[in-house]
Formats: sequence, C-alpha cells, structure tokens
Amino acid sequence: MIQVEGLHKKFSKNQVLSGLDLNIQKGGIFAILGPNGSGKTTLIKIILGMVIADKGTVSVFGKPIKNKWKYRQEIKYLPQIANFPSNLRVRELIRMIKDLRQQTSEEEQLIELFGLKPFLDKKLATLSGGTKQKVNIVLAFMFDSPLLILDEPTTGLDPAALIRLKELIQKEKQKGKTILVTSHIMQFVEEVADEIVYLLEGKIYFKGRISELMEKTSQTNFEHAIAAIATKTTKTTNA
Amino acid sequence: MLKILKYSFYDLMRSRWSYVYFLFYLALGFVLLFLNNDVSKAVITLMNVIIVLVPLIGTIFGVMYYYDSKEFTELLLAQPIKRSSIFLGQYLGVACSLTLSLVLGLGIPFLLYGLFRSDVIFDFSLLLVTGTFLTLIFTAIAFNIAISNENKIKGFGYAVLAWLFLAVVYDGLFLMSLIVFEEYPLDSFSLTATMLNPIDLSRTLILLKLDISALLGYTGAVFKEFFGTNSGLIISIVMLFLWTVLPTWRLVYKSKRKDF
Amino acid sequence: MKQLSGLLVFLMLISWYTLSAKTISVCASCSVKSIKSGIEIADAFDTLLIKKGIYKEFNILIDKPLTLLGDKFPVIDGEDQGEIIRIASDNVTIDGLFIINVGTSYTSDYAAIRVVKSENFLIQNVVLEKLFFGIYLEKSNNGRVYHNKIIGDAVDEYNSGNGIQLWYSKNVEVDRNIVQGVRDGIYLEFSDNITINNNISSNNLRYGLHFMFSNDDIYTNNTFENNGAGVAVMFSKRIKMVGNTFKKNWGAAAFGMLLKEINDAEIYGNTFEENTIGINIEGSNRIQYKNNNFIKNGWAIKVLGACYTNTFSKNNFLYNSFDISYNSKLNDNVFDQNYWSNYTGYDLDKNGIGDVPYRPVKLFSYIVNRTPETIVLLRSLFMDIIDFSEKVSPVFTPDNLMDANPLMKRTI
Repeated sequence: MIQVEGLHKKFSKNQVLSGLDLNIQKGGIFAILGPNGSGKTTLIKIILGMVIADKGTVSVFGKPIKNKWKYRQEIKYLPQIANFPSNLRVRELIRMIKDLRQQTSEEEQLIELFGLKPFLDKKLATLSGGTKQKVNIVLAFMFDSPLLILDEPTTGLDPAALIRLKELIQKEKQKGKTILVTSHIMQFVEEVADEIVYLLEGKIYFKGRISELMEKTSQTNFEHAIAAIATKTTKTTNA
Repeated sequence: MLKILKYSFYDLMRSRWSYVYFLFYLALGFVLLFLNNDVSKAVITLMNVIIVLVPLIGTIFGVMYYYDSKEFTELLLAQPIKRSSIFLGQYLGVACSLTLSLVLGLGIPFLLYGLFRSDVIFDFSLLLVTGTFLTLIFTAIAFNIAISNENKIKGFGYAVLAWLFLAVVYDGLFLMSLIVFEEYPLDSFSLTATMLNPIDLSRTLILLKLDISALLGYTGAVFKEFFGTNSGLIISIVMLFLWTVLPTWRLVYKSKRKDF
Repeated sequence: MKQLSGLLVFLMLISWYTLSAKTISVCASCSVKSIKSGIEIADAFDTLLIKKGIYKEFNILIDKPLTLLGDKFPVIDGEDQGEIIRIASDNVTIDGLFIINVGTSYTSDYAAIRVVKSENFLIQNVVLEKLFFGIYLEKSNNGRVYHNKIIGDAVDEYNSGNGIQLWYSKNVEVDRNIVQGVRDGIYLEFSDNITINNNISSNNLRYGLHFMFSNDDIYTNNTFENNGAGVAVMFSKRIKMVGNTFKKNWGAAAFGMLLKEINDAEIYGNTFEENTIGINIEGSNRIQYKNNNFIKNGWAIKVLGACYTNTFSKNNFLYNSFDISYNSKLNDNVFDQNYWSNYTGYDLDKNGIGDVPYRPVKLFSYIVNRTPETIVLLRSLFMDIIDFSEKVSPVFTPDNLMDANPLMKRTI
C-alpha cells in the first residue's frame, strides 16, 4: 500500500528523516510512534504530499507520488491540529469539503454519532477544541477511501467520543482498510494498533507487533516498553 | 482552482474588512463628486488615492489573508487538489474581492453622478483598470512574501517595507540618480526605471491622460516617442501585465516546493 | 465761401465719378478675357466682375482704385510663377476670389495679395491655397482684411511664408479670417493700432499670431489651436488681449502665449487650455492678468528672467500639472484672489476666501526646470511629500510668492 525508500528530510539545520525505509501492507492498523520531534508528522505529511522530501521515493498504491495529487482522492486525513477557516459555519465546511472531493459521503450518521447537530450552524471560530476535533473526525471519516491517516485523533475528545472513535476505527478496519495513526496515548495505541512503527532519529527503529516489541525490550507493559526504547537510546547515545 | 477561488472569495466577501474597504471607496466617491461637484478634480484626487492606497491595501490584505487562511490551506492540501490551484485560487479570491470593492465602491457614486454622459469616462475607466492591475500585482507580491516567510510578523513587516519601498523610497532614489547624472542623456534610463516599478508604471499610465501637455514639454526623442504616440500606453499596459504574471508565476513555483 | 464751393465741386466730381463707374465683366467668353486686360481698360472706381473660370495669371498690378469682384469664386492660378496680385493704389477692394499656386522664392516674399503703400483697401471673402505668403500689407494703412480663408501646406519654416502679414501698417482691421498651415498665421511687424478679432488660426508651423515691435494693438475673441505656439508677443507695448482661446499648443517649445519684452499689456478673459505652457513670460513688466482660465496646461504660467509688477487676479487655475514656475528666487509680481483647483485650504469664516495662503510654485517645478527628465515623477507620493515640506518652509522657491486670498470658488 505504502512504500517508502531512503527518505531524507531536513528543515533548515534540523535533519528530521535520514534514510527512512518503510513498507506498509494493505489492511490493518499501524501506529506510528516515536519521541517528540522524531518525524512522525513529517512522515505522514510526506505521504500526503504536504511536505516535499529532499531525497527518496514514496509510492502510494504502487505509484510514486511526486508531483501527483489525484491519489489523495483515496486518502482520508485527520490533521493533528484542527484549525478551520474561522468565518465558515460547520455545515458550510462539510458542504465545501464534499464539493471539493466530489465523492459520496455519509456525514449524516457521523454528525448524529458525535452529537454535532446543534453546532451545524455555528461558526467554527466559536467551537471548543473538542467539538472542533469532532468536526475534524466527521470530515475525515465521511468518505469511503482505502487509506486513512489519523494524526493524534484523540486530542481533546471526551471519553464518550473517544469510545465512538475507537469503534469507528475498528469498523473501518473490518472493511479491510489500511489505517495509519499517531498518538501519544499509549493506552489508545495498545487498544487499536495491530502493528507499531517506532521512529527514532529519522529512521525506523522498530516495526512489528506490540508483543514483539515487549519481547524485544523484555517488558510486560506496553507503555514501559516504549519508555524503555527511549531510555535505552539515550543510554546508547550517551555511551 | 475555480472552486478555491469561489470559497476564498465568499470567505472574504463575508469579512468585515471587505465592507470597510468597499464603504471607504463609496464614501470617497460620494464626497469627491457630490460635495465638490468637480469631476476633473475628483479624478485627480482619486488617482493619488489609487496610486498609494490600492497597493497598500493589496499588500496588507494579501499577507493577512495568507496567514489567516493557513488552516484552510492545510485542510485543502490534504484534499485531492493541485497545489498551484490552491494558491492561485486563494490569490485570485483575494484580488477579485478587493477589485470588486474598488470598482463597485467608486463605480456606484460615479454612476449616480451621471458619469457616462461626461467626457471623463475614459480617464475614470483608466483609473479603474490601473487600480485593478495594482491590486493584482500587490496581492501577488504579498502572497510571495508570505509564502516565503513562515513568521507572520516578519512576513507582515517585509510586505509593508516592500510597499514603502515601491511607493516612496524608489522614487526618492530615482530622483536622486536623475539629479546626480543630469549631464547624461537620461530619458531611456528614466523610462526604464519607471517600468521597473508597478506604482510608477501605473502613475505613468494615468499621467498620459492627465498631464500629457506637460509631458510633451520635454525634448528627448525617446520621451516624444513614448508619450507622443500610443506606444506609451501599449508598453505600459504590457509591462503591467508582466508585473502581474511574474509574481503569480513565482507564487506557483514556490507553492510547489514548499513544506506545510 | 470759396473753400465751400471748392469742396462742393469736388464732391460733385466724386459723385459723378462714382455714379459713372461701370462694371466690366471678365470671363473666357467675354470680350475681356483676362484680369490684367480688364484692369488696363478700366477707369478708376470701376468694378471688374470676374466670372467663374480659371485665370492663369500672375503679377497682376492694380494701380487705380478698383473693385475686383469674383462671381462664384473664380480661380486665379499663379502657376508658381511669383506674386499674383499687387495693390498699389488707394481704395481697392478685392472680394470673392480663389487664388492658388503662389511662387516660392528664397529671395523675395511672393504673396497672393500684396498691398503696397496704399490706403482704404478691403480684402474679403478670398480663399488662398498653395501659397507662400498670403495677404501682405506693406506700409499700408486704414484697411480691412475680412472673412478670408487661407489654407497653406507648409512643412518647413525656412521655405514657408505667413498667412497675413502686416509691415509698417497702421489702423488695419483683421476680422473673421481662418488661417492654417502657414508659418505664422498672422504676423505684425512695426504695425500699430491694429485690431484683430474673431480669427481662427490653427495648425501653423510657428505662431498663430506674432507681434514684433508693434504697439497699441488689440486682439479679441480669436482662437489659436495646435500651432507651434499660439501667440508670440515680442518687443511691443500696450497690447490688449481679450477673450481669446489658446488650445492644444503641444511640444517642447510650445506655449499658448509667449510674452517677451512686453510692457503695459492687458490680458483679460482668455482661455488657455491643454497647452504645454499656458503663458511663457520673459522680461515683461506691468501686465494685468485678469479673469483668464488656465485649464489642464502642463505649466499654466512659466516666468523666466526679470518680470516686475505684474498682477494676476481673479484668474482660474484648473488642473494644471504646474500652476506657476519661476526660475529665480525673486518675486515682484502680485497674485491675488485667484481660484486654484490645487488649493487644499479651508474657509472657516465663509467669506469665499481661503484662510491659508496658496503657494502656486512647487519645488518639483524647480527640479523639473533643472533636470527635465524628472517629469516622469510627476504626481508621485515622494514628490508630494517633498512639495509639502517645501510648502511648509520654502527654501528653493520665492517665499513671498503666494496668493494670500485664494478663492474657494471659481470666478466668472
């Protein structure tokens, strides 16, 4: 589904990705993890074509994405920070995205699910962070695409909404879709992810099942396992 | 691209500033025409306003809109839309809404005054054409500055500096170099220097209408050819067109290479 | 008593003479076939009725008081041989002729009609084309040049002549003529007490009207359009210029009016529109400028050299690129109660007069005088700022040059 080869990216002096290779198969939920600034969002943005790599190739659905844009038709993306044009109303935003994508959508039941009905005629600027995130989720999930990319989907969500989100993700998975997700909430990752990809210093440090990771780090707790990688690498770098 | 243009345009049409801009021109038009009752004077005053204010407004609006719609842009970038379409659409959205404010704001009072029966219609349409070009050019310059500067304050500062440079400082340097090198034949130089600044270019275009008597007082052959025939008008318009196209092209170029 | 009877006899003689005056017809089928032979057989005060046709004649000398009356514009074709008609007698009238092809020469000023040392002449309804000089009055007084049309096709100044030229002539009236395409439309040299009214002088190479060493002349209600320069008044005194229109005299040395070494003139109620320079003044003193309109000129008034005690009042200065330009820091002229469209002051006491004086000389006009190319910076924000600072504290422009009572509304 996604092939990444020898990916390099530097922001001014800051080398974020240095020769990253990644191969993601079709189907399943992949969690992209890593310490702050390890390049998770950069990787996602490169896949989406929002950030342009210095070196290396990225192929989505078997085709290189360089200078292409039509492939985004097949990707649903939930951005990390849900900021929207503040002048627009929720209803208009949804209509606009539908208009831009020209795809069939099922926003009605999603709006119902997250209880957004009362907010439809409110301007986006007046919404709370959590409500904005819900709108964000509706926008990402309302189309039917084979690939989903969720950047920190849990931000600002209340428990009820969080449960609904998890259900949604599972539903999509059952439809045989590929889902890429980043999150800082390890509990959430543990719950949903089939496989994790751990980024460190611009490279893939680990890719595999959670159980494999725990084995590797000889930890019994997932959160601890992740923390162990971090400490271990600091040790190695120190040494 | 048309869709983006449409949304940017609607977005701006709803913003308070478009109305302020529109009402400003409306008020200006009414005051000039109905309080003064002197169409020729109104055209001259409008020219001064257009030469100075339209670029400033274009610059500020352009930069403001770019930074304000950063989220919108990011939302759009994840959609199956060509990058150049996103930025061109936004740029044209801003430029069109500003132009509309200008044309309607000035056009309505002039229409009510019965301009079409007056012989200054040509001068007036020239003013509007120039205003439109200046809006297009300076919005494009503003977008260029904004796309090259992540930092909002910095971008804003550069944009205002760019305006200040083109509107005032450039002419100061221009004048100084003319005086310093006054023993040399300067008409080609001065025309070239005029072409290299869109504000001077627009001013020249209007001078061709308002001050042709004075312009023909100079003896140089190049001046005579430029001001005395239609070539001045044609060259100026072509140059304005180039001035519009070049920043737009750079905007597209930059947008294809930028990370978000 | 003797004197009275003598006068009586003289009057009778005259009336007999005029009553007995006969009309001689000239045409191709008449007994008199040429104008020259007509003049030969005519007695004084006869009329030559010249019928429609083409007469190839030149050097026609009229040496007795005659009337040459054209019937339906007969054509006198000089075939570029030289002068066509010369009047060398008093009381000659020429009416309704179409004269073409005057010879061009570098040594003598051939004219279509030349009047030499004669009085009481009348030249009217004459059309001149393809000419060198048109109507040339030489030491001839008390005549009238009325309602003629002079259409030249002059290209270069050096081989073209003037439309109507007066040389050492006095008390002549030049009225309702149309002159175009010659060197100077109307030219006066050493000619005093001339009245020039209602003429239209346009598209001439040099001046629409040109005075040299001529005094006490008056010209009113003429139109001067698109000439090299409208009117040049040089080395003359007490000229009155009233109600004329000076239009579209464009070019490097073009002006509506050029005043050079002129004293005690009156310039009232004229309109100067769209000229590169409305009035160019050099060394001219004690001139009254009143009720004139200066509209859309490059420079409404350009003052060069020493000009003293001139007064500009009740004029309208409308939308000129520059209102006044001076080349010196001295000013001895008065500007009072003019309307300036560039005036931005206010009138709080509502007496129709602005409360702040208006300074019509901009620093920029000073700069343009020095470096002409800077004209391309006209109306730029930078220049406005510079002009403003100069207005606040004059450094380069005469600081007493101002209209202390600028009008808030146009006069007239």
